[in-house]
Amino acid sequence: MIYREAGQFKTSYASDQAIFPIAQDRWFVGLATLAAFVVPPLAASEYWLQAVLIPLLIYSLAAIGLNLLTGYAGQLSLGTGGFMAVGAYAAFKLTTAFPSLNIIAVFVLSGLVAAGVGLVFGIPSLRIKGFYLAVATLAAQFFLVWLFNKVPWFVNYASSGTITAPNRTVFGVIVTGPNATAPVRYVTALALVVVFALLAKNLVRGRVGRSWMAIRDRDIAAEIIGVRPLRTKLLAFGISSFYCGVAGAELVFLYFGSAETFAFDITLSFLVLFMVIIGGLGSILGSFLGAAFIVLVPILLTNAPQSLGLHLPVALQKQLELMVFGGLIIFFLIVEPRGLARLWQIAKEKLRLWPFPH
Amino acid sequence: MSLKTLWIGALAAALIAGPMAAAVHAQPKEMFVPLLVYRTGPFAPSGIPIANGFVDYFTLVNERDGGVNGVKLTWEECETQYKTDLGVECYEKLKGKGPTGAALVNPYSTGITYQLIPKAAVDKVPVFSMGYGMTASADGRWFPWVFNFPTTYWSQASAVIRYMAQQEGGTEKLRGKKIVHIFHNSPYGKEANPTLEELSRRLGFELTLLAVDSPGQEQKATWLQVRRINPNWIFLSGWGVMNQVAVKEAAGIGFPMDHFIGNWWSASDADVIPAGEGAKGYKGATFHAPGTGFKVHADLFKFVYDKGKGAGKKEGVGEVLYNRGVVNAMLSVEAIRTAMTKHGNKPLTGAEVRWGFENLNLTEPRLEQLGMKGFTHPVKVTCEDHEGAGPVMFEQWDGKKWNIVSDWIPVMRDVVRPKLEAAAVEEGKKLSYTERDCAKEK
Repeated sequence: MIYREAGQFKTSYASDQAIFPIAQDRWFVGLATLAAFVVPPLAASEYWLQAVLIPLLIYSLAAIGLNLLTGYAGQLSLGTGGFMAVGAYAAFKLTTAFPSLNIIAVFVLSGLVAAGVGLVFGIPSLRIKGFYLAVATLAAQFFLVWLFNKVPWFVNYASSGTITAPNRTVFGVIVTGPNATAPVRYVTALALVVVFALLAKNLVRGRVGRSWMAIRDRDIAAEIIGVRPLRTKLLAFGISSFYCGVAGAELVFLYFGSAETFAFDITLSFLVLFMVIIGGLGSILGSFLGAAFIVLVPILLTNAPQSLGLHLPVALQKQLELMVFGGLIIFFLIVEPRGLARLWQIAKEKLRLWPFPH
Repeated sequence: MSLKTLWIGALAAALIAGPMAAAVHAQPKEMFVPLLVYRTGPFAPSGIPIANGFVDYFTLVNERDGGVNGVKLTWEECETQYKTDLGVECYEKLKGKGPTGAALVNPYSTGITYQLIPKAAVDKVPVFSMGYGMTASADGRWFPWVFNFPTTYWSQASAVIRYMAQQEGGTEKLRGKKIVHIFHNSPYGKEANPTLEELSRRLGFELTLLAVDSPGQEQKATWLQVRRINPNWIFLSGWGVMNQVAVKEAAGIGFPMDHFIGNWWSASDADVIPAGEGAKGYKGATFHAPGTGFKVHADLFKFVYDKGKGAGKKEGVGEVLYNRGVVNAMLSVEAIRTAMTKHGNKPLTGAEVRWGFENLNLTEPRLEQLGMKGFTHPVKVTCEDHEGAGPVMFEQWDGKKWNIVSDWIPVMRDVVRPKLEAAAVEEGKKLSYTERDCAKEK
């Protein structure tokens, strides 16, 4: 009744091809984005911003990156953590070498460095597929982390072996480093995610995205109709690594503040992969939903017994949390193997017919 | 008015007045300490005894003394699983709790310490990383909010070398000897390397650095190299599962275990028990004694365990890492007590407790009062020196329990301190800190 496109006539190609062809969707997404910019910085506590929302945004960006590669181009990758580490260490090297360089530019440049590395590690994808490719990308994960651990140049020969985000400003406001306030970091992360999500959405709707999906669905058929596998696959690796690189840089500069290579180990790669699978392969919205599920549900589960007035020992609480969380993952994968994004889509379709379904 | 109505009236008045009276002095005399613990996950075998020791000592202070000078200690545990992101979440969640906010924070992980150091100055919560964390933060002029006494990784490495020399029969005898350092390939594991390299240059022993990648279950290649080198001494900087594997491997190749020394995170009960008989003779560095032979343990049994308020099992009391938790809690409490000498016996904020840490002077008589004579070493912290450069003891596993086998071995402060000060400048500048003039503090 309320969610219906009846009466919304498309009179131009542009309006027919819009990202959100239905006016209600446009309004909803627009308002939600606006609310995301305005409400949390004013209303949320530092705990919520710093420990929940900022990682949520950063992981969403990483999940978008992996989703481009795995969900759209069909190349299974376990190298996400490695590519994020490239972004983080590149950002650190760039901003310490050129302190006056705008930190946003540093993020983008470090994304480009990660993209370059991603291209190199994407080369085996031309020959190997599926699980075998996953194992090959695992090499990237282990090699890159080992490299940053091994070569002291990457940490500017610091005796501690860690990288630290220095104070950097954008338009005179401190954005990174210990003195940056949580709302500023949040808005920065959100702005980057919004811009890059929009870019990704347009990318997958266009020629590039279609060629990725063609490769994913049947690479030989795609080759026959004129999609060049070399360029397409490498492009997917490059762009995906770019996203992961930016997310990695943000992870250190906007969230952790300082990090060692341990922060980028294989568990991070799995975490992002789980986000993509639970959220929905081949869906930008799914990346957000998956990240939200993985980040928010454990926190809700941890705090649930306390808010109910139950005082359980922390170890028991954590174990319960892991059990319930694991159970929920299995539940959602059984109920909807195509991810949370698909559930959302079904809900929208139901809503369109509501209250008079056929 | 009958007597009955009078009674009811009085009762009703008391019922109403009671809560009101309580509301007048609403701020309870309590101080809050957040506890980042890891009772689950791969490092839980180490995390559980530390957390239990810590909590038990706090309970003891509340039960026996009624708190610190009448101010009760309250705490809340938060599970980190030794992961940095969970640690940050826990810290953010707990830092504002209690009537005066977090008094101090013990990160219990080098990784989490690095996350909290930049936040400490902003949130005004002192970070107490006892014998771990960033070595450079021992320079209080650059890191006013971070404390890592009684001693650091670098000092420890120097004490280990001094102990080896002692066993060999003098520093001269170390010349030409082969020493292998097996370390966890992480910033934590690498900490000792610069000190060892420096000492190798000065004393003329042959040093080989062998890295083991985290988590460290796979060490075959490392021990093959050890066999080839055939070293005189091995020093181990491991953590978690890596330690047990290393001890097992050493026993497997028949290495003389009394020439195999672990650092203080590589020599606890959980590290040697899996290796069984083979672990006999393995040594470890420590800054406190193992066992339950001290008055503080008698108090712990009497006031905590016999009242059923223990955090863990009674048998766990006296394990190496349990005792470390006790020492950690004791030092925290004494810092709070020191702060009260300046700010009064009331709940203190993190900034006030910081002063207590910086002016902590734990003397031998005070240790005796606390029932810890011989249990740990006196510590004196100053504005410049947040480390105290305390000496190190060595303990040995006899197959059933750890025994102290050395005196207090002093650290080589002349070697460590200049390097530490240089590192502090470097690390401090990274965070855009400026050097503090200690002459102006007081």
